Amino acid sequence: MGSLVLSTVCQGLLWSVMALGVYLTYRVLDIADLTVEGSFPLGAAVAASLIAGGSSPFWAVLVACLAGMMAGVVTGVLHTKLKIPALLAGILSMIALYSVNLRIMGKANISLLRMETIYTPFNKLGLSNNYAILLTSLIAVIIFMIVLYWFFGTELGAAIRATGYNKQMIRAQGINTDVTIILGLLLSNALVAISGAFVAQSQGYAAVDMGTGTIVIGLASVIIGEVLFGTRDFKNCLLSVVLGSVVYRAVIAFVLYLGLNPNDLKLFTAILVAIALSLPLIKSKLQSVRGSKSC
Amino acid sequence: MLKVEQITKTFNSGTINEKKALTGLDLHLKAGDFCTVIGGNGAGKSTLLNAIAGVFFVDSGRIIIDGDDVTRSPEHKRAKYIGRVFQDPMMGTAAGMQIEENLAIASRRGKRPTLKWSSQAKEREHFRQMLKMLDLGLEDRLTSKVGLLSGGQRQAITLLMATINQPKLLLLDEHTAALDPKTATKVLEITEKIVSEHHLTTLMITHNMRDALRYGNRLIMLHAGNIIIDVEGEQKQHLDVPDLLKMFEQAAGDEFVSDRMLLG
Repeated sequence: MGSLVLSTVCQGLLWSVMALGVYLTYRVLDIADLTVEGSFPLGAAVAASLIAGGSSPFWAVLVACLAGMMAGVVTGVLHTKLKIPALLAGILSMIALYSVNLRIMGKANISLLRMETIYTPFNKLGLSNNYAILLTSLIAVIIFMIVLYWFFGTELGAAIRATGYNKQMIRAQGINTDVTIILGLLLSNALVAISGAFVAQSQGYAAVDMGTGTIVIGLASVIIGEVLFGTRDFKNCLLSVVLGSVVYRAVIAFVLYLGLNPNDLKLFTAILVAIALSLPLIKSKLQSVRGSKSC
Repeated sequence: MLKVEQITKTFNSGTINEKKALTGLDLHLKAGDFCTVIGGNGAGKSTLLNAIAGVFFVDSGRIIIDGDDVTRSPEHKRAKYIGRVFQDPMMGTAAGMQIEENLAIASRRGKRPTLKWSSQAKEREHFRQMLKMLDLGLEDRLTSKVGLLSGGQRQAITLLMATINQPKLLLLDEHTAALDPKTATKVLEITEKIVSEHHLTTLMITHNMRDALRYGNRLIMLHAGNIIIDVEGEQKQHLDVPDLLKMFEQAAGDEFVSDRMLLG
């Protein structure tokens, strides 16, 4: 039971980096960006190829991050310069990335068994695999949260946040919204690709189809986090997303423990997100029903 | 300060919905001019302001602000000259951000955003004093999210944001039309106070003829994409609403005045 809790928290933290990326587009920029379905395996593919080729795992994560940035920029340019609706721009990038990922890996999957990974340093210090992953991902997540909190408090970060709330207003303040949108997508997909690189190294392989459902998992984490842990300020929001990702993993572990067929997991997640997204409507409906009764 | 020379703009050119919104309009504003703009629906008032602000490019003509030709510069580049307040109180502020954050963004209007921390403690006192001037009790709510405020409060903040670093040109597009009469009057009073304090060159669209006569030193009336009435100073002071209607009928020929203009 203890190891189940440990691996659940590990999974939650590893994927929370991706969830932070989804938060940046879905909440901060107010765009549902499907690029993540491609940039998550992109990060995994780049990192795995480099590690399998003998590169340092930290260098591999850095290159994966840069690859994710490029994916974000492509979607951003499609959306802002070519005026393709954001959802469609993301879908185009996602589809294109499938081929790109196959090209990068040269095959459908790459094994990383017995390779050196970013978790190896802690292994060498005598920690078991799971604890090494826990510690590494925890450090990484804390660093990302601090950097994001700092960045979105700066003038540039504030301009990106304002772009998500009100494009007309921020343009009237002299900000080129094309730039802020592209920058937001760049940051988001960088995080998603890093998360892909982390996950591939923790599970010991990268596969071209490992991105399926990324956006839904990200949304589930964001929404669960917001509902359970609040959205008081930006600090609170970032923490909520990370905790939401962990809770999401706990929910998944729990329903599997109860006997859910693993094949039904994606269906279960989709239903979970659909319910969570419709919660505001359900709440207001319930209130109006209650209100009319009390009259 | 503002020179608009022979600008034209046609929307949906060549289609059945073709609309000649501006037809060779000329307008020169001196520094410190406070010019009100009236006209019926579709006369081209908002189109004129949007053309000046760079929401779209004009088909022909030139727009010069403070000596710089901005005809071909995009909206975000013109922002360094222009402060704007929109009709919809939701349009001028970022709802999910704090009052302080909104003001901080506005105080750097037209400058390239840097990686410096956006909300500076030393600016806070300055913001508080300006909010105090609004007399809406907002000076103690710097960290409240703007989305929690009423339409009038948001419009007052938008006005502050538009004028916080003294624009060359202030564009007000019926900025009180969506407010209740009492709040509208209040926002107009604040407007006049800020404009006269900083001698801002201002274009203010209004649907209310009395407001158009009461405020500012100049009045223009638009019809079919051009200026048909242009009165200034003394002459403007002695006008009343019936005079204006008579002038309009003469200038516009047999076209009748819309109800909204009369009742507004």
